[in-house]
Amino acid sequence: MTTTTLSVENVTAAYSGIHALRGVSLSVSEGEFVALIGPNGAGKSTLLNCLSGVVRATGGSIKFNGAELVGTAPWNVSRKGLLQVPEGRQILANLSVRENLELGATALSGRKSAYTLERIQSLFPILAERREQRAGSLSGGQQQMLAIGRALMGGPRLLLLDEPSLGLAPVIVVQVFDALRALNAEGLTILLVEQNARQALNSTDRAYVIEQGRVVHEGDSETLAKDPTVIAHYLGQAKATH
Amino acid sequence: MLAQQLLNGLVVGGVYALFALGFTLVFGIHHLMNLAHGAVFMTGAFVALYTVLAGLPLWLGFVFAILACGLLSILIEVTAFRRLRKSGEAEFGAIISTLGAELIIVTFAQIVSGSDVLRFPFETFPVEIFEFAGLRVTLLQLFMLVCSLLLMLILTYYLYRTPLGTRIRSVSGNERASVLSGVNPNTIYYQTFFLSGALAGAAGVLIGLSFNSIQFAMGEPFLLRGFVVVVLGGMGSIPGAMVAGLLLGMLQTLTAAYLPAGLTDAIIFSLLFVILLVRPYGLFGKETAGAMRAER
Repeated sequence: MTTTTLSVENVTAAYSGIHALRGVSLSVSEGEFVALIGPNGAGKSTLLNCLSGVVRATGGSIKFNGAELVGTAPWNVSRKGLLQVPEGRQILANLSVRENLELGATALSGRKSAYTLERIQSLFPILAERREQRAGSLSGGQQQMLAIGRALMGGPRLLLLDEPSLGLAPVIVVQVFDALRALNAEGLTILLVEQNARQALNSTDRAYVIEQGRVVHEGDSETLAKDPTVIAHYLGQAKATH
Repeated sequence: MLAQQLLNGLVVGGVYALFALGFTLVFGIHHLMNLAHGAVFMTGAFVALYTVLAGLPLWLGFVFAILACGLLSILIEVTAFRRLRKSGEAEFGAIISTLGAELIIVTFAQIVSGSDVLRFPFETFPVEIFEFAGLRVTLLQLFMLVCSLLLMLILTYYLYRTPLGTRIRSVSGNERASVLSGVNPNTIYYQTFFLSGALAGAAGVLIGLSFNSIQFAMGEPFLLRGFVVVVLGGMGSIPGAMVAGLLLGMLQTLTAAYLPAGLTDAIIFSLLFVILLVRPYGLFGKETAGAMRAER
């Protein structure tokens, strides 16, 4: 029997007068790896920020392990174990790698994390090698690993990722997604926002397609990857090469 | 004679450094200028003085001053900064609102003191003079030096060696990312403003004891010198504020000792401009300061 980790119902949000979300509903079950794809400006990041409490939902309900999140301060959302790896990585450039990871543990606030420092360092060995270096001196891919490591230190029960492939070399993107799949295989529940729809659909169990603040398609990632409309809109290249 | 002046300058400079550290802490971490910092400093001297006048020991006055100034500084954060910060217009608005806070505190002190210059009773701090290698050092000077160095050490340890300090520096670097990691920024603001005020209060007591002339407007020249220290050391740089504070203290005693009276400020500011020509970001400032802010 699967339990629902996240249940989003009819969530609306406005960003400086623009209706960024027009009633989004979706759910993520425990242990699932779910993707949220769609064009730029569709509201994907806004939705993640609503979940994290950084942007306030103007309507609807967000239930995390059964408890309502709308109106919860963002740091308290993180402390409940709903952790976001933000777009652009947002590591603390002037802090050391170790300090960035220690900061991540703030979100534990008494809970226990399944991810110890040793576990995270074995997942991303570079973080152990560069322990005492300024995080700003890391390459983009290493910074992304640090950002994921920082979130893992906070003991996620649901990990949100906002465009983890953004600005990374293809070979690094593969590494990052391998790590995410490994984490998911061990039981971590993940909700991923990606513009790289192919990569996202290849890695995840299920996906939602969001356009202009609404969910327009949903289903198994494998099925969606074969859906003609999805191919036409998001996987255009594949159609051309076949 | 020169060595003696340098020693005197070091003692005063340590206090400048304490004052400027508090100022630069808030500026460096929150990018906010607290123009009421001079009033907090003055409050420190007042609290210690009135504690002593009430018949209580000086050390208790020192403790009260540090606590009262820390709390006063938090009050300034809550009243003069918090709302502005939420509007996103804090940087200019806070100059006006903290100037207002300064005026209110100074006016209150003026009323309480009846505009008089107040003094600690004779021998509040034991007058003892040590001589070694031809230098004269008073017990008070030693106390000032030890206090300044000790507080600087504690602050550095707190900021760079404790988890709380890591959180303070992370909010400074990227508030949003820190919040996503579970940091409640309000508690960080409380801490930095408390530390900032506590340092100003300690500086106020030390200067009050040293010059033994306490009056409501004593914070103003310090605020101006505090600016010099912060700019000279590099905006928001903790080691910069320490070194620049010591330098300024020595410079001030030297110019006062060897040059005609009244030239001190002109020389201090001229030198500041010369240094900024060579090092536009100050002695310890980083060019990345601008980039850090863009990141927010």
